[in-house]
Amino acid sequence: MPDFITNYLDKSVQVTPGQYGSPFWALVYILLVFGGVSLAVVCMNWLERKILAHMQIRLGPMRVGPHGLLQPIADAIKLILKEDIIPEGADRFVFWLAPMIILLAVFSIYTVVPFGPAHAITDMNIGILFMLGVSSLGVLGIVMAGWASNSHYPLIGALRSSAQMVSYEVAMGLAVVSAVLMTSLNAEGTGTLSMIGIVQAQYAQHVWFVFKFFPLGLIAFFIFAVAMVAETNRAPFDLPEAESELTAGFHTEYSGLRWSLFMLGEYGAMIAVSSIAVTLWLGGWMRPFPNLLRGGTWDLTFSLFPALTFFGLAGLTFYSTMGMPKHSYFRAQTIGLGALGAVFALIGLVLLVPPVRGRVQDIYWFILKIAVFMYLYIWYRGTFPRYRFDQLMKVGWKILLPMGIGVLMLTGMVALRTEIWDFVYQSIRRLVHV
Amino acid sequence: MEQPVATTFFFYLLSGLAILSGVLVITRKSPVQAALALILTLLCLAGLYLMLYAPFVAGVQIILYVGGIMVLFLFVIMLVNLERSQREKQFNQQWIAGVLAAVVLGALFISIYTKGKALLLRPVVEFPEAENTQKIGQMLYSNYMFPFEIASLLLLVAIIGAVVMAKKRI
Repeated sequence: MPDFITNYLDKSVQVTPGQYGSPFWALVYILLVFGGVSLAVVCMNWLERKILAHMQIRLGPMRVGPHGLLQPIADAIKLILKEDIIPEGADRFVFWLAPMIILLAVFSIYTVVPFGPAHAITDMNIGILFMLGVSSLGVLGIVMAGWASNSHYPLIGALRSSAQMVSYEVAMGLAVVSAVLMTSLNAEGTGTLSMIGIVQAQYAQHVWFVFKFFPLGLIAFFIFAVAMVAETNRAPFDLPEAESELTAGFHTEYSGLRWSLFMLGEYGAMIAVSSIAVTLWLGGWMRPFPNLLRGGTWDLTFSLFPALTFFGLAGLTFYSTMGMPKHSYFRAQTIGLGALGAVFALIGLVLLVPPVRGRVQDIYWFILKIAVFMYLYIWYRGTFPRYRFDQLMKVGWKILLPMGIGVLMLTGMVALRTEIWDFVYQSIRRLVHV
Repeated sequence: MEQPVATTFFFYLLSGLAILSGVLVITRKSPVQAALALILTLLCLAGLYLMLYAPFVAGVQIILYVGGIMVLFLFVIMLVNLERSQREKQFNQQWIAGVLAAVVLGALFISIYTKGKALLLRPVVEFPEAENTQKIGQMLYSNYMFPFEIASLLLLVAIIGAVVMAKKRI
């Protein structure tokens, strides 16, 4: 095999392909991340409908495949076959460009998402800045879509969305800065913006930043968690696409495949901002208690979790197979469900192999933490009523922004508490002596 | 310093795109399309900053100009009556000012081309990319503290001014 393929597989290489300078593996990672995110979006689509349905005591999709498992595939086929309409009087070029911009922005974010110390496409010196910058490009796509449609509902949706995203970006940025400030509390006194560096700083300081300087880290995390829901235009902040007022908001005039690109962009952005939150406050790829519970036994125990999860999924699938109707009409579905369970079990077995186990567990913990956020997104949508626009602006500018500034200042003060005490003490002593 | 891959190619690609989209900004009739072209120009500039080993400046360029200011531009343009702006004349007939600006710019180009590097200031220290952001922070809060604070004061005045102008009753 060519050297440029094998040299990155060396066990001593503990950096990302981008840092190592291996274009081949960078490409492999890009394809993996692209495919993985698309697959996750498909799963999210099914899960959201199912979970929302169960929250509202409905069954949700049940017709296509067992428990509606094949529903996303049916939807995809429908969307591809649908007629692609461009409204009359629309700016055709901008109309065509808008969904592309959104997708481009969302998938560019994943360049720096650290799934593990070596599992990212690349690590940048300005990682978090890059992520915030590129995700702010997504607004452009929405504004362009709303304007190019040459229609009232999309235009109002786009105006709402740009106002909302620009205002919540400010609070979000302040929360991020307070987390970045925490990375600088080491011997050298220099912080980092690199995503991998931020997680390593949490490892070095023996604490997730959400628990650092309690409750300051928690408040910053809360601000980010609220702002990120607003950033991604999800309930309860989904005013840009409020069905009852604007039909579908900025993508009212889009149909078929283009509309599905918007959906892909929206769910991709949700996963991306969740990964920012996980990296900055929840310890990124680290397993629970990496410093406290260390040693061979604990390492082994925690490294078994990915395999156990897949065995659990397999068990659930086999259990559902038993519950399938016995009628011959359902035989194909029952066999399919059993095969899915077998695939899960097989993946679980592969994850038990020691070299795979060691490499995969970072990714597992990272994805598990993101999954919690994804569930929260669905939960919000199922429980919160939609805000009014003035309430939204009030929350953004009058509550979150002052809170963000306060947390930032307090974090700085607590970080420098010894220096400040020292200064006060010296000043008092000087006064007393005079 | 080690020369990265295809530096010249990317330089000409980015600057060519920047100039092309810059021309589009003034020639497009539709204000939204002009604004979009301006966004492309700003993105190309961010790419050029990256090539100058200034990732922080590039990131800030994208966040502030593309993500913030240009979105507000588009926001305002959407509220403007587009039919009227379409009918307006696109260029003013200010030949004297135009010729003057062209001559000065041409003289600048020629002098740079002939004198070369001697004309420009030499960079004092070359920061490695990995420490660029940290160094900018340290510089801003030590050597350039005063201009930095002045700039923040200016911004504060601008914010207060905007509020005073926008609100009728305070």
